[in-house]
Amino acid sequence: MTDEAARTDPATATGYGEHPPRVGFFTDTSVCIGCKACEVACKEWNGVPDDGFDLLGMSFDNTGMLGANSWRHVTFVEQPARPEPRRAEAVDLGLPSFDLPGAGTGEEGRTDFRWLMSSDVCKHCTHAGCLDVCPTGALFRTEYGSVVVQPDICNGCGYCVSGCPYGVIDRREDDGRAWKCTLCYDRLRDGLEPACAKACPTDSIQFGPLDELRERAARRVDALHEAGVSEARLYGESPDDGVGGDGAFFLLLDEPEVYGLPPDPVVPTRDAPSMWKHAGLAASALAAAAVSVFLGRGSR
Amino acid sequence: MGLADWIRSWPVYRQVTGRDRTGRGRAAQSGRSAALTPRTTGADRVVGSVCPFCAVGCAQHVYVRDERVVQIEGNPGSPISRGRLCPKGSASKQLVTGPQRAERVLYRPPYGTEWQELDLGTAMDMVADRVLDARRKGWQDADEDGNPLRRTMGFASLGGATLDNEENYLIKKLFTALGAIQIENQARI
Amino acid sequence: MGSNMAEAHPVGFQWVMEAKARGAEVIHIDPRFTRTSAMADLHVPLRAGTDIAFLGGVINHILQNDLDFREYVRAYTNAPYLVDERFQDTEDLDGLFSGYDPETASYDNTTWRYESQTDTGEGGSRAKEQSRPDQLGSGGPGLEGGARKIAADPELKHPRCVFQILKRHFARYTPEAVEEICGVPAETFLRVCRAWTANSGRERTAALVYSVGWTQHTLGAQYIRAGSIIQLLLGNIGRPGGGVFALRGHASIQGSTDIPTLFNLLPGYLPMPDTAHEDLPSYLHKVRGDRQKGFWRNADAYLVSLLKEYWGEAAAPENDFRFDYLPRINGDHGTYRTVLDMLDGKVFGYFLLGQNPAVGSAHGRLQRLAMSNLDWLVVRDLAMIESAEFWKDSPEIETGEIVPERCRTEVFFFPAASHVEKAGTFTQTQRMLQWRDKAVEPRGDQRSELWFIYHLGRLLREKLSGSADERDRPLLDLAWDYELEGDEPSAEDVLRRINGIDLRTGREVGGYLDLRADGTTACGCWIYSGVFADGVNQAARRKPHDEQGPYENEWGWTWPLNRRVLYNRASADLDGKPWSERKALVWWDAERGEWTGHDVPDFEKNKPPHYRPGDDDVGPAALSGDDPFIMQADGKGWLFAPNGIVDGPLPTHYEPHESPVRNQLYAQQGNPARNVYGRAENPSNPSPPERGGEVFPYVFTTARLTEHHTAGGMSRQLPYLSELQPELFMEVSPRLAAERGLTHLGWAHVITSRTAVDARVFVTDRMRPLRIEGREVHQVWMPYHWGHTGLVDGDVVNDLIGVVLDPNVFIQESKVATCDVRPGRRPRGPALLDYVAGYRKRAGVTPETGTRIDTVTRHDIAHREEDR
Repeated sequence: MTDEAARTDPATATGYGEHPPRVGFFTDTSVCIGCKACEVACKEWNGVPDDGFDLLGMSFDNTGMLGANSWRHVTFVEQPARPEPRRAEAVDLGLPSFDLPGAGTGEEGRTDFRWLMSSDVCKHCTHAGCLDVCPTGALFRTEYGSVVVQPDICNGCGYCVSGCPYGVIDRREDDGRAWKCTLCYDRLRDGLEPACAKACPTDSIQFGPLDELRERAARRVDALHEAGVSEARLYGESPDDGVGGDGAFFLLLDEPEVYGLPPDPVVPTRDAPSMWKHAGLAASALAAAAVSVFLGRGSR
Repeated sequence: MGLADWIRSWPVYRQVTGRDRTGRGRAAQSGRSAALTPRTTGADRVVGSVCPFCAVGCAQHVYVRDERVVQIEGNPGSPISRGRLCPKGSASKQLVTGPQRAERVLYRPPYGTEWQELDLGTAMDMVADRVLDARRKGWQDADEDGNPLRRTMGFASLGGATLDNEENYLIKKLFTALGAIQIENQARI
Repeated sequence: MGSNMAEAHPVGFQWVMEAKARGAEVIHIDPRFTRTSAMADLHVPLRAGTDIAFLGGVINHILQNDLDFREYVRAYTNAPYLVDERFQDTEDLDGLFSGYDPETASYDNTTWRYESQTDTGEGGSRAKEQSRPDQLGSGGPGLEGGARKIAADPELKHPRCVFQILKRHFARYTPEAVEEICGVPAETFLRVCRAWTANSGRERTAALVYSVGWTQHTLGAQYIRAGSIIQLLLGNIGRPGGGVFALRGHASIQGSTDIPTLFNLLPGYLPMPDTAHEDLPSYLHKVRGDRQKGFWRNADAYLVSLLKEYWGEAAAPENDFRFDYLPRINGDHGTYRTVLDMLDGKVFGYFLLGQNPAVGSAHGRLQRLAMSNLDWLVVRDLAMIESAEFWKDSPEIETGEIVPERCRTEVFFFPAASHVEKAGTFTQTQRMLQWRDKAVEPRGDQRSELWFIYHLGRLLREKLSGSADERDRPLLDLAWDYELEGDEPSAEDVLRRINGIDLRTGREVGGYLDLRADGTTACGCWIYSGVFADGVNQAARRKPHDEQGPYENEWGWTWPLNRRVLYNRASADLDGKPWSERKALVWWDAERGEWTGHDVPDFEKNKPPHYRPGDDDVGPAALSGDDPFIMQADGKGWLFAPNGIVDGPLPTHYEPHESPVRNQLYAQQGNPARNVYGRAENPSNPSPPERGGEVFPYVFTTARLTEHHTAGGMSRQLPYLSELQPELFMEVSPRLAAERGLTHLGWAHVITSRTAVDARVFVTDRMRPLRIEGREVHQVWMPYHWGHTGLVDGDVVNDLIGVVLDPNVFIQESKVATCDVRPGRRPRGPALLDYVAGYRKRAGVTPETGTRIDTVTRHDIAHREEDR
């Protein structure tokens, strides 16, 4: 394999010879209607348990964050209009302040109220921190380039939780194991698209070969810029970012922080590539871990 | 699984002997992962249906295995929905297979404080008797001017917007033949 | 307008997003900023209940600036026709039309006729009581002599022509009036006008979408009329990309209107006979004029075929096809009337078939109290619902108004089969029938409605067999011989018989053109005729959309006769050519002598565009080649309704039944023909000119959320949906929160004269106070999905709503009321009753409040329920 291929194509880097093209999600938040079909379709397909019936008051978001029981999460951001100067006096009411996420940020000249919606998901990073730190081999890179937790291997050590720069992966309270989006690994095997992307009513969640998605996303950004939506930008599509590019990337209409996304995520094991060359070292670490897996499983 | 297979199933063994020297890819794949296929593949049949919630009419595929619904998702052929479903439509499997589904007839006698179980046939017979009784009590042959009414005001019905056309047809037909006119549904609401 | 499409119809909304991506401008006009507004190019908030003022403003803008599609308007609408010289407009009578009777709060519409028209007698209190306009869903209202020449001014200049009447009627709906009434700044309003008119005409079309935000008002039918007038003036009816779309809320609510489980209709919008219909000829004479033009003239064939399907061999020409077997209506027998009759002990039994009125109908309290006064109640549903358990855990148990040990209602709960456990058709919102195959068998006692009704009928017939009582003949003679699959009736056989059978050959008819009035055809619903053409279940066709033409005519089946766009003759000009290549849909092929195009032409196939009928022609033969509106009695689109609407021939702005302000346009405050039910159990909040309205200072509206389904029976039981919207809430603006001391996520309660309901508070900038008459008016809204059964519970929001109805269709005004809002929880138990009574006392509410309908001529007539 070439170094370039190993750097940019994770399946090649992890030993898949002939393999399908890397696939992922392009989530175009400019057409997200916040319906949460993705959350439900994901749960129905993957048998993910409900996450409790709690009113969060974060606009229409009662999921809160990605977690072991929420593999898709729709964020709602209410951005009040920036008052025009001449109206400022009339609007100054000394109101009780309530700061919803994203209030007060955005384009300088914006005068319209905005309600942003965005469906978040595991990024399936090119350099995946969770995968790098998993001592048991429960997390693995699939032939599609996605990152999947194997519930039959995971012993619930939780290293992956701190390894994720996005705070995606999470342990489930009842069984302690780690869970997250699998990019519907089982469905991919039969040529089906992931359940969330299939359900998405407005095609905000698009699934496909990553190369194609990146081209499509670039065109969409251009089109939006042409239409005057100058704030449209991509997030996570660049192979040069701190995680080597995301397998699930986004078109956003504001700064990533507004959507609760880290502005500059860096895989904690950034220096890992040099480590990858020392497969033996990794293997011995894994061997030790493998023993602990069997011991761990035996003791439960 | 024999010993050799068992050893071969070890990630470490596969890492050291295979192409995945990182131990994070193929070498780490478990037996379960290797054998994974979507449950829809094993369905005995796929049945064409339509979402039961709103009136957009999104087409559904219902996957059945061992006479149980194992998955419901959109039918991409539909010119209306192109395979997509909203959160309610996506929850259709839970709607039809969830534990909330009632399976038994329940009966609350007058002045009762709890439900009782009742045999379906008995319940049907009791309802038929009550229909005849209410029909008789509310019967009107004619108005005060002697114009024929040929009707009963003794019982009423509400519902139909969630039902099939064929069902609405029989409801209207039967109740009209009984002389009942207070037949209404959500379209009025 | 009046639709939250992105939330209530998300998958349908993909087409709006697709249009937007292709350059369409999307404007959302709605009191609330919703997920639809978030996607729109422009959101225009307006005060709930003022849409006609806004739409009237648009009509005025079009007419004052000559922006109408004049060729279309002149040829295809009734704009040139002259109206009776006795007609008086709201301009003349301060908000009333000629013919108003304050005693009955109804109109005699004799003076609304065309000049040359003779009497067909559709107005008056009788028409109002029977929701007569609701019976006109497929055929237009009668118009005797419609086939004859109607006096007209093609120049549209005659002062009594419809066009000029329209112009005068809407002249006072200026941008300034819109701003004052709706709270929409004039500049924003004009932006909407410009977008609407600039995107209409030969080359472009604009679509109008509404939902229950328009229908659930005391003048809901007139909202839709107002929208239709704009679309007709701009040439947006019968053309691709145009139209007025009603987005309906249940899987087959369209079907249950077409094949009605409704009191005043028979299948296919044939009216239920009333006491004035002594026999079949007199019924037919009333239903359609003998000299009427258009396809409704053939109503005799439709009705006789229905009677043949109902009573088979027993229905013969010599016995009027057993027309006498049909029960007669003679007044209001709608669901709200029936519930009041239950309260009064006049109704003994009640079937609830997949419906949950304890939560989903207006005034839930009234619904539950009524059910506690029945002999018996049958509830059929997928899961346990509030309406089946009112005797056990309703709010009235808490207040002590219902005590289980003293409640005599016998309740039967039958588990229902779900959509995958039975075969059949739903009709979706654009009239398309789609067949569902059965996937699995239902379990336990779960059964389809088809099974339940069929076997109930069988049992009743067995119990009455041998009866000599004349009243049992209709049941015993009923054709109840559907094919069985095991003990389940064959839905396909039922559909086949809905389609219609030629009794001479035993074969399925091909469409309603094949139906005969001589008893040789049987057909359950004439507008569905063709769904089983050629013996094939056309509704079961599932040819993928990417394997067929742009109108996808081989997926499902759309009534009538698989036409996708109704009245599509209007997509071509007078010569039969498309108005523009860009907007071509159907056109006249002169060489082949037929109409052709992308859609099935909604016109007689071989009638040339310049065809003129003879003087003696009636029915379809009387239609000219340029009469696109083939069901209408004059072949034209109606800007002015000379018949068929009980509350005025033109939409007029009236304030809602409960409003914080006086009508600024007329002395007449509310809809002068609305249905009120003044009684102690159904109080109204006062509105001007009544005093006491300040006790309920805010505008209240209800709505639904994507994550739930109507009364919650199919969503509050599901964990995956309940977790997404787990709790009842109310939304208020930051200013209202400051005014009333409400905090985000804190508790508050909403009070009307009916009850108080509590919920968590959402303080959000999506809610904006509006400036009305120079003062600030706040709006509050709540979703109405919650109740006390299921995984998540909450108060029943519909308990806040009173029963007051649109007189055309008897739909309640649940989209607007007035209310107060206070921080904290509502009182519990009997204290709640005292608390609400205190409000009523402060506001001076009596059973007469809100029932003095006429505020122009006779202020003293209260329409109290007790006076009935």
